[in-house]
Amino acid sequence: MAKKLSRGVAVVGVGMSKFGVFPEKTSRDLFVEAFQELMQSVQKGFNPNDIEAFYMGNFTSDYFENQSHLAPIVANWVGISPAASTRIEDACASGGVALRQAMLAIASGDVDVVLVGGLEKMTDLPGAKVTDALALAADSMFEIPAGFTFPGFYAAMATAYIDKYQADPDALLRVGIKNHENGALNDKAQFNQTIRSVMTGKQKKAEQKGLPIPDWQDEMAFLKDPKANPMIAWPLRLFDCSPVSDGAAAVLLVSEELADKFADEPLFIVGSGQASDGALAERASLSEVPAAALASQQAYEMAGIQPDDIDFAEVHDCFTIAEIMASEDLGFFPRGEGWRAAMEGRTARDGSHPINTSGGLKSKGHPVGASGVGQVVEVWKQMHGLAGERQLRGNLRYALTHNVGGTGQTCVVHIFEKRN
Amino acid sequence: MTEHALHSKAFNQAIEEDLIIGSRCLVCGKISIPQRQICPNCHSDQAERVQASGQGTLAAFTVIYVPPTSMADAGYNAKNPYCVGIVSLEEGPRISAQIVGLDLSDPAAIKIGMPLRQTFVTRGEGETAKKFLAFEPI
Ligand SMILES: [Zn+2]
Repeated sequence: MAKKLSRGVAVVGVGMSKFGVFPEKTSRDLFVEAFQELMQSVQKGFNPNDIEAFYMGNFTSDYFENQSHLAPIVANWVGISPAASTRIEDACASGGVALRQAMLAIASGDVDVVLVGGLEKMTDLPGAKVTDALALAADSMFEIPAGFTFPGFYAAMATAYIDKYQADPDALLRVGIKNHENGALNDKAQFNQTIRSVMTGKQKKAEQKGLPIPDWQDEMAFLKDPKANPMIAWPLRLFDCSPVSDGAAAVLLVSEELADKFADEPLFIVGSGQASDGALAERASLSEVPAAALASQQAYEMAGIQPDDIDFAEVHDCFTIAEIMASEDLGFFPRGEGWRAAMEGRTARDGSHPINTSGGLKSKGHPVGASGVGQVVEVWKQMHGLAGERQLRGNLRYALTHNVGGTGQTCVVHIFEKRN
Repeated sequence: MTEHALHSKAFNQAIEEDLIIGSRCLVCGKISIPQRQICPNCHSDQAERVQASGQGTLAAFTVIYVPPTSMADAGYNAKNPYCVGIVSLEEGPRISAQIVGLDLSDPAAIKIGMPLRQTFVTRGEGETAKKFLAFEPI
């Protein structure tokens, strides 16, 4: 029997900071920006004193900012003390799990108005230290001693995927090109330019400096040039990896019966699922993420819908291969077809299954704890016709968000419905 | 079975002795490598320590050009990359380990499914020297 929430939960407002590199700002400053935008987005307005609880996704402010116990600090900083404030840590899935815990708190009947936050301030540390910080999400006894990095884990999954399905590795590059095309239309994105404009920018720079102008024919040639796009962990290159980012996002959830008091057009969380798994090596298959498939099955069952009912999805493309595997784990394409779908543009804005219209983690940026919450911001914008030049056409009813921690040790999926 | 034969540190301690160890569940027979105190299949806490043959095949791999601090300290960098893989052991379980003895100039030539055997590598020098599990082509 499909599980149902004891009572319904609605999204009535969203906000996010720009994602990027902000040396002058702390995570608190970034969350203030997200909170201010959220206040503006609540169509009928609201009093922050009504917030009863705050669930905040954050991976490791301990390491990045030398600060633990961040939730009550951030709550106080935006003026919502004494709201019950809890930090959720599930690596890169921290934000999505915070959303789920907030939803469950409302469904339990204990609270009616809950703020969800996600934030990470990563760029104060040098690059090598960031790599070490991210590695904290892997098993320190049995995975890290092997020499794995996070790009390395996903690269290994890519070799297993490519070998199993005889996939064309160019599909990885296609994911990056598509997500940058979307992110170029998102002013909140860290890299809001297309790969083509990155390429022509480099050509112009060479010309201005009187250097030989690289003769890349197109984006694919640019992305295959090891000088322009160096190998990080074979077969993943720099442009296959999401960046190191600062950023914050916020979502306001209320009980279904209160939704109309806050919003003319609330979004309802109609499906939710979460699953866990062991270390990457232990899994029966290395070319898929079983916990993501399980979490999505739970969410589809709760919502009473099928993958084909989803109008668009924000998926966890921490690396390009992750988006291809996710498009299969979530049931949008059969196993082994995800790479072909990416090659054929089926996940583009005008495709059958638009994925990452925001630009995804790849182009929008990946402030770890904020990513799962930031995905909901894009869902809200698309559903309300606020996505500007990247706005999807047609009537949008169902959207899905997919947030992954580590290599899939934590996966959390939500389905949102707009009722007209 | 000594009390600490299956505790979490046992695997890495065995590597110091050039051994890959695991556990066999005395109820359902499942082999776990590294060892487990509670069987992930049947939840029994009755298990015996086993030693792996050290033979396996390559299930997935990568060549890392941007190393973490620990590997950079061991001398690896973009010009001196290293291979790390997931190895399917003869006994069934898979484990993560460095793969040595491969030509890394063309990673596309590295074949999933290739047979491998255990070896052990030392990273660091003097007081910081430490032994790690690795695999090499047969
Ligand atoms: Zn057992």
